[in-house]
Amino acid sequence: MSPHDTNVAALEPSIPLIAPGHTYTTISDKVAGIVVTEPQPKSWKFGILIGAIGVMILNTAVIYLFYKGIGIWGVNIPVGWGWAIINFVWWIGIGHAGTLISAILLLLNQQWRTSINRFAEAMTIFAVMCAGMFPILHLGRPWVFYFILPYPGTLTMWPNFRSPLLWDVFAVSTYATVSLLFWYVGLIPDFATLRDKARNKVGQWAYGFFALGWRGSARHWFRYETASLILAGLATPLVVSVHSIVSLDFSVGIIPGWHTTIFPPYFVAGAIYSGFAMVLTLTIPVRKIYALEDFITQRHLDVMAKVMLATGLIVGYGYIMEAFYAWYSANPYEKFMIYNRMTGPYWPAYWALVLCNIVTPQFLWIHWVRNNPIVLFIISIIVNIGMWLERYVIVVTSLHADFLPSSWGSSVSWRNLRPRKTSSWPRKKSMTRATSRSMRLRLFPWTVSRKRLGSRRPDFL
Amino acid sequence: MAQIFPKKANDLVKVLAAAVVLGACGLGTMATGLWLSPFITQQDVAKQQVVPFSHLHHVKGLGIDCRYCHTTVETSSFAGIPPTETCMSCHSQIWTNAKMLEPVRASFKTQKPLEWLRVNDVPDFVYFNHSIHVNKGVGCVTCHGQVDEMALTHKGQTLRMGWCLQCHRAPEQFLRPPSEVFNMQWQPPADQSAKGLELVKNNHVKVEQLTNCSVCHR
Repeated sequence: MSPHDTNVAALEPSIPLIAPGHTYTTISDKVAGIVVTEPQPKSWKFGILIGAIGVMILNTAVIYLFYKGIGIWGVNIPVGWGWAIINFVWWIGIGHAGTLISAILLLLNQQWRTSINRFAEAMTIFAVMCAGMFPILHLGRPWVFYFILPYPGTLTMWPNFRSPLLWDVFAVSTYATVSLLFWYVGLIPDFATLRDKARNKVGQWAYGFFALGWRGSARHWFRYETASLILAGLATPLVVSVHSIVSLDFSVGIIPGWHTTIFPPYFVAGAIYSGFAMVLTLTIPVRKIYALEDFITQRHLDVMAKVMLATGLIVGYGYIMEAFYAWYSANPYEKFMIYNRMTGPYWPAYWALVLCNIVTPQFLWIHWVRNNPIVLFIISIIVNIGMWLERYVIVVTSLHADFLPSSWGSSVSWRNLRPRKTSSWPRKKSMTRATSRSMRLRLFPWTVSRKRLGSRRPDFL
Repeated sequence: MAQIFPKKANDLVKVLAAAVVLGACGLGTMATGLWLSPFITQQDVAKQQVVPFSHLHHVKGLGIDCRYCHTTVETSSFAGIPPTETCMSCHSQIWTNAKMLEPVRASFKTQKPLEWLRVNDVPDFVYFNHSIHVNKGVGCVTCHGQVDEMALTHKGQTLRMGWCLQCHRAPEQFLRPPSEVFNMQWQPPADQSAKGLELVKNNHVKVEQLTNCSVCHR
């Protein structure tokens, strides 16, 4: 019996990570076949079409943004951070699951990672690219984004090294580099497989180029394992550091609600939580479409669901600690912030977040739920929405009402979504205002209902 | 299975890798050189003006003070470009038929100002004020170069931010006594660093504020 015919499932009978009956050859044939030999299914073309449409919409939006400025997001004083920063934090968080799977789980010798690590890493790279886009889009003058890099130029000025936004640049670019290297180093043997299976000259050349002359000798494998371990060692601190630094973007500000000492770990847990949700969101359809149930088994879904449950509980603890901190600090501004977050004009966002991020994952305690791909898929989508709402709540509710009522205002009041009944103003005028508001209503329109904040100011806005 | 790549492919990849690195360095060097060259900075590049006015002749030859034409330099952000009347204060008497001065006379008759092309300019996001510099002891020559040597006017310095900051970080190296601001021949004394510190102190130049962003970008 040659080593290529070893029954993989038989190697570790207690952990059926791969369906019985597979050998290295059948696994290679199946996995490489998807790329080089099998025709792409119709759903692949459909997926590409959806993706292309999405990119076109993005392009249109970005061009409009550059033409009009970031006011189109409804950001203004006092809510100067909005859409872009929320998206940045959300995307960068999603990337963390890929790094956790590739680095920490490798060091911990978790065998189950190997079925999902490649596309989790690919997801990380795309997530970091999406994340990196938003701070640049958020700049008033995006064409001079490179000012934030410390390069010797005719300005003879360095960027502000005390600013967490600069730390972000270093954290995210390091993260992107290490993720890319990790992904590529891991791919080298697979490129060699693809090279050997490619059916035409172009494929052989292209895969062969990236395979770097891989022959699969013992020495190659030894170096491969060593390089992977070194990269895992480098990437492990990044799992923790990148989102910690993102949380410092907030902590350095003077705004209430951004100072809980639990912020860095709570951000990291949230990042892994949303990242695993995104891995599930991607895994479940891919597994179905490409018939990969033999390699991504129920057990993988089960384990990922458990990671989601664990990190979800940490995130829930974070929310509770935020409220506790506000009360225990006896700081009136912190207290008002949490009260306003729960009952103020943004209460639907807060309670939707609690529903999505704390209540929904509790279903994952149930074995049946963890093993049902469709239910898991739905839960993963809900968690993704919830984690977006979390960043929305942190950014917007803290900013829109801080220390002085004179600097309150801005951003969406959910009551603007429907015409206001009446106030001391004539009905007609009220309706006109309501209409004009609805027309201006985007995610963050300018107007606010001050009444709801408990302010005595007349409701003339 | 046959080899996909010929044996020389290994060397080719190494050469390509070296070429990419060296090419990037070369491109960077070229771009930097271009960025620092007068082609971009316009330093020392004279512009074709409507009348080929010579500072060399008027300042060095005839000894006219800067402020005779640039009247508002001590009181305003803008040094002032003289109206045609200033030219005519002499040229209604001398060189009254010179062909070179025909546009000046035409401008005087039609009351349509001469269209000088601006030589020294900073971007719109820079707030620059002549009067504060002149009153604190920055000489004309320090920023504009030896204008009295310019047969055709050109930028004496790059006017880049890094250049501004040289002085804003250490003004004592450049300041001169207020009486010498308009002196085109003034040379810094041997003990400029000591004298300069004295000038900084006497003129109340707040060096610690000079590099605040909002000093120039308001």
